[in-house]
Formats: sequence, C-alpha cells, structure tokens
Amino acid sequence: MSVQNSIRDMFFEESEELLESLAEGLALMHSGSHNDETVNAVFRAVHSIKGGAGAFKLSALVAFAHRFENVLDEVRGHRLGIDAEILRTLQRSADHLADLVEAARNRDEGENPQTAEFLAALNVCLGSTPEPGAADVDETFGFAAITVDLDDLGPAEATEGQSYTITFCPHPGLYINGHDPALLMATLAELGAMTATPDLSKLPDLAAFDAGKPSLAWTIQLATEAEESAVRDVFEFVEGLCDLSIVQNTATQPADTEEKVESAVAVAIKVEAPIAEVPLQPEEAKGQPVLAKSDAEVDAGNAERSGPKPTLRVDLDRVDRLINAVGELIINQSMIAQRVQELHLATDADVVNHVEDYRLLARDIQEAVMAIRAQPVKPLFQRMSRIVREAADSTGKSARLVTYGEGSEVDKTVVERLADPLTHMIRNAVDHGLETPEGRIAAGKDPVGTIYLSAAHRSGAVIITIRDDGAGLNRRKILEIARKKNLVPADAELSDAEIDALLFLPGFSTASTISNLSGRGVGLDVVRNAVTALGGRVAIASTVGQGTEFTISLPLTLAVLDGMVVSVAGQVMVIPITAILETIRPGLDEMHMVGTSDRIISVRGKFIPMIDVARGLGFTRPPNHPEPRTLLLVETENQGQCALIVDRVFDQRQVVIKGLDTNYGAVPGVSAATVLGDGQIALILDPDAIANNRVLSAANPWAGAKLNEGKSLAVA
Amino acid sequence: MTIKVLAIDDSRTIRSLVQKVMGDAGFDCALADDGVQGVARFHEDPPDVVITDINMPNMDGYGVIAAIRGGAIHRNVPILVLTTESAPHLKAKAREAGATGWIVKPFDDAAIVSVVRRVTGARA
Repeated sequence: MSVQNSIRDMFFEESEELLESLAEGLALMHSGSHNDETVNAVFRAVHSIKGGAGAFKLSALVAFAHRFENVLDEVRGHRLGIDAEILRTLQRSADHLADLVEAARNRDEGENPQTAEFLAALNVCLGSTPEPGAADVDETFGFAAITVDLDDLGPAEATEGQSYTITFCPHPGLYINGHDPALLMATLAELGAMTATPDLSKLPDLAAFDAGKPSLAWTIQLATEAEESAVRDVFEFVEGLCDLSIVQNTATQPADTEEKVESAVAVAIKVEAPIAEVPLQPEEAKGQPVLAKSDAEVDAGNAERSGPKPTLRVDLDRVDRLINAVGELIINQSMIAQRVQELHLATDADVVNHVEDYRLLARDIQEAVMAIRAQPVKPLFQRMSRIVREAADSTGKSARLVTYGEGSEVDKTVVERLADPLTHMIRNAVDHGLETPEGRIAAGKDPVGTIYLSAAHRSGAVIITIRDDGAGLNRRKILEIARKKNLVPADAELSDAEIDALLFLPGFSTASTISNLSGRGVGLDVVRNAVTALGGRVAIASTVGQGTEFTISLPLTLAVLDGMVVSVAGQVMVIPITAILETIRPGLDEMHMVGTSDRIISVRGKFIPMIDVARGLGFTRPPNHPEPRTLLLVETENQGQCALIVDRVFDQRQVVIKGLDTNYGAVPGVSAATVLGDGQIALILDPDAIANNRVLSAANPWAGAKLNEGKSLAVA
Repeated sequence: MTIKVLAIDDSRTIRSLVQKVMGDAGFDCALADDGVQGVARFHEDPPDVVITDINMPNMDGYGVIAAIRGGAIHRNVPILVLTTESAPHLKAKAREAGATGWIVKPFDDAAIVSVVRRVTGARA
C-alpha cells in the first residue's frame, strides 16, 4: 500500500471517530447538557473532516462540510441560538456527512441527491437565501494556493522582462514574527536579477541605537519576467510589518546579472547579524507578562485535559498474534496441570502450588489480552439513534431512543458484526413495534414511542436488549401468516413462545404492505443467523399492549469458551456450556421409541426428542458397546429442547477455540476444535446444527412441536 | 544541516500528510496533537520552523504562537499557520498574532515545501 493510500485509510478511520464525537456532542446539545467546549468539539470534528477531505480532493465532502462548519461557527460564536429546529438540521447534516464520508470511502463519485436539500436546510440556519450550488463550490475552492510556486518560475534570465524598484524597510514586528530580510531577498533573487542597496542613512550611532525603531532599509532593483503580483507575493507574509513600495521602472535597465546577484547575497550575509539581536531588547519588558499569560493558558489546558486517557494504536495483527499465543499458553498450562495431577503428589507440594499460581497467572494474562480487543458498544449505539430518526420519519411515527450501558465492552468483531442485525431490529421496532401517534394517544400512551437499547454483562456474556413500548406482537396475525405461507401445518397448535419464534423463520414478514424500511428482503432469520455466527442467541418476549423485547446474548470473547467435555463413540468432544440446560441419566422407562429409530424422552411430563450425537456425526459404536444413557438437555434455536446422547461426561472447563475451516472445511455439527490439557484434539460441537441435521432428514419439521403439545403421539 | 519541522495538528490525517511531505523534502518532522503538546515539544527540542493548525483542543494555534513568541528563547522561530481559512481578515489576525506565514489547506505539496524553504532559508 502506498503511503498516500495508507494516509487515506487513516483519514477515513479518523473521520469515523470524528463522526462519533460529532454525534456525541450533538446528543449532548440535544439533551441540553452542553457547554461551549461541547460546541467547540462539534465544530472541530466537522472542521477536521473538511481539512482531511480537502487533502484528498473529496470535493463533495469538502463543500458540504464547509457549509456545515459555517453554521456551527455561528452557533459557536453565539450568533445563532440553538432551538429544536436547528438541532434537527444539525443532526441530519451530521447523518448526511457520515453518508458522504462513506461514499468517499467507497470511491463513489456520484453526486448524492440529498446534498442540495441539506445544504438548503443549512442555509436556512444561516438566515441566508440558498445560493446556487455552483456558488457554494466556488466559495469552498476559492482558496487556491496563495503561495507562489517558485519551482515553476525558476531563476529568470530577466532581459526581456520588467524591472522594479522596491523599497523595503522592516518594522520590528517583522523580526518578531520570525521573518528574515535576508531570506526575503533570497526569495526575491530567485525571480530574477537583483541588487539590494542597504540604506544606512537612518541608522543612528551605536549609543543611540534603538532596535524598536525601524532604521535599516533597502532599495532593491529587480529585473524579472515575473508579473508584479509574483513580486508582491514574496512580501505577502510581511504585509503590514514593513514599509514597502514596489514600483515598476519605466525603462528597462539591463544589468550584469551575475555580479548583481552576488552583491545581493553579500548584503544578505551582512544583515544577518542585526536580525538576530534586533527584536530581543524591546521585547524583554513586554515579553514577561505575555509569558506569564501563556503559562496560565498552558495550565488551564492541562486541567481540562483530564478526560481522554492516553492510548496506543496497535496493528490488529499484533493483538491477534498475542491472543493466539495466550491461547497456546492456556493449553500449555492445562497440560502441565494435568501432568502434575497424574503424579498424585501431596496437595501441599510446592509444585502443586506453583502450578496453581501458573493457572491463575495464565487466566489473568488471558483476561488482560482479551480486554485489548474489547470495545465499548457506545459507537454502535450512537449510530442507532440515526436509524430511529430515519425509521420514524419514513413511517410517520414519533420515536426516541433511550440507551443504557453504553460503556459495556464487547469483542471488536462482535461490535462490528452486530451493526447490521441491530440496525434491522431497531428499524423493525419502530416500523412494526410502535403504533402511530394517533394509535398511541388512543391507547392512552405518550404519542412519542420509545425504543430502549441496553447492554449489560451477565455471567460471562453480554446481553443486548432492544425493547419498544409499542402494541406487542399480534400473535393471531403471525400464526395466520405462517399458516398461509405453509410454515406451519394448518392444524398445529402452538404456544405463545412458539408463535413468537415463527418470526425467526426464513421468509417471514408481518408487514401487510412492504414498507421501504423493514421490507428490504431481510428477515429476522438473517438477524438470528448473524447472532448465531457470533456464538450468541436471540430470544423474543412480548406483552400485548406493552411492547416487545428482543434479547441478544453474546459471548464476551470469541477466543475462549466454557465447555462440557464429553466422549462420543470413543471421541472426546466439547459442547458449549451456554447451550446445556441440564445433564440427565434417565431410567429405561423414561425413554420411548417413536417410529423405527427415533426416540424421545419424557422430562417432567414433557416429551423431548433424543439425538444420538455419534450417529449424527457418522460415527459407529463397536457392536458390543453398552447403550449410552447419558443425556445432555440442550436448548436449540429452531427445534426447542433436544436431548443429546453422549457416552460419558468428563468435566466442565474453559477451552481455547481453534478454527477448523482452513484444515477441514465445514463439518456439519462441528463448529471448531480445541486442544485439551493432555494434548488431545477435541471437536467443539454445535448443538443447533446437530438438531437441524436430524430434523432435515425427518419428514415433518413440526413433528417436534406437536410432540411438545403431547398430542398425536405414537409411543412404541 | 537537516531542517527540523514541528507540525502541530489535532487531525491525525493532516499530521501524517505534513510529515510525509516534509520527509519527502528531506526535512525532519516532529509531531504534536494539540497546542499544549506542541508548545511542550517546541521547548524540548526547538525546531527550525513550526507548522500549526488553528482550530485545536486544549490550546489553539493562536495560543501556540503567543506561547512561542512570548517565550524566553527561540521566540523568533518561523511559525507557519496551516488553515482552511483564506479570508484576508483571518490572515491578518494570524499575522497580528505573530505568524510568519500561512498555508491554506488543502495544501499543495510543492507549495508547502517552498514556503518552508523560504522562511528557513533552506535550499533545495
């Protein structure tokens, strides 16, 4: 990647952060709990995006950011008061700015049709009449480089050009501002043939010398092909800091170029000494108070800086390497622990204690390393307020988003991959969950609906809930649609929970007309797949008249898993603890045959299908192997509860997840592998996939549902 | 002797761009994230020229100029202001504050290098 491209990537990464602080600042302004610094930060965010965008010639982005910044500058200067309408415009502009950044990132050159509309809204804030688009662009790009491109001009052989007489008398301020007449003249000499004659007439005796008064002056003859403006540009920075006159000579005065240039250099060297000393004396007295003031400013600055902690930006690859190494460390630790255990030493033996210390240390290191990848869900949540705004607008509803637990941290990958499903669920909540304002008033509710989004840590998992205070699920309608679409047999009788679960079936959509929001061809099944892919699960709960709540539970990390170690047909395997409800050793009378090969078990009066894991994975047991009687009751996504048949349960432990894909490809029923303490490789099972596998081969997918209802049961 | 540049900007992107352009021109370029850090860095290792942004948290560009110009030593080091503003009154304000010159963002690589050469006397 070229340096330019990597800086470009950096720009987009930085813009992402700036957009976040922009959204954050605007949210504070919205809630009324802002101060001048909030507004300044908002201004700076837009300003920095504009600055960076300019560097990459992202003109559409610059033009919009420029206008946005103008409005914020007015707000910042208290010339524009903020009311609900202006805040709304600012928030929408921030959303649009994010769109433009995204488009620029994707190198999408097309003009965003909404830009004109947002520019107009911003113009309204400025109280000006909307200018034509071209004028906007002109204004933004009016800042053509103001410096002369000296490389183009080069030292001119000024024989045909004009000649100028320049008188130049620096004020003390010129030296104070860091200028050097010698350098100015050297720059001038690059334009053509130059002679500089110092005018020492005003220079007093050394005794009377006052560096605060201008006394050194030069008369310069310049013969150049350059335009007068180019000559003036040399003095651009010193305008007002010197007495300057530039007069074009009427008759050209051919000159001996080389000799004159040399003399100019000589003058330059001569004047260097006074330059260093001139400003020192008069400034000494004035300097002290200025210094004191600036120190005070520095202190104030430091005090304000208590907020952000210092951070270190590290290449993600390095973190992942570290995480892998820690995984190996954990495996190594459990191997050593196992070996030591096999020695049957006294429990107070030194080595036993050291091994225990090692275990604790390894665990600490692992947690610390995982914390590196952990990120707060805050930026993700902040993006959702925009989704709520947009969804509410396009459905004619009023909605607000209330978030809790924004500081909860989740693995970086989880945060990234959760964006799409969360967006979808939030849209759904507004679109399907909330009633219209009229409907809400009729129900005696606040016309503005509320979407609650929260994140919390609970027993090694992150729980994210999306709740609306809408009408709740219309179960009768859901069932009706499911029947119409042949998703359930017409005579199936389903519990409320089972009806709710229908929403997650592929191809299910409750919207009677496809709205342009939720009806984008994505259903809740996609949401569930995305969550499952992260090792999490989604649940739904709804109360008529009070709203609907979706709960997503996700593992804190994608690298380690709490698992139950079992054996299946002589193979050691791991089943994720999160899926297991309980372990059962049923009596023979509790297990029943259904048809020729399927078996069910009755657990507390409920019939649950039994799945032989060995058979599901294609293993065969030796003929004289005793019939396995250990069952793991698991909760699956699609099939409700199932009982997995395993040969033996060893213990519960934390295992490091090792991906299988590169070596194995996809193995149905197996999600990953791990290395156990004794060096054995064990497969990590995916109970959902195992349950689905079994059902796929069965004729009627809803047999399970009927069984659960205890009806039409054929017990052999 | 290699020209030492100190670039002060709160935007990572701009800092990196300036550093790259300065590096390509054969200058050493130190960086600072905001005015307070910039002034501290200035005194730790005085550069030959400072390039500073105006809008920054903690201490803005004017604050940087005031702190450097008001300092006991190296107060006449050239300070270039990197700004998106091209309005004459803002240039005048920068000059009054003590800026040696200014570079308007988005900057042209050759232009910024030539300005740095111009105020430091460095030759190509």
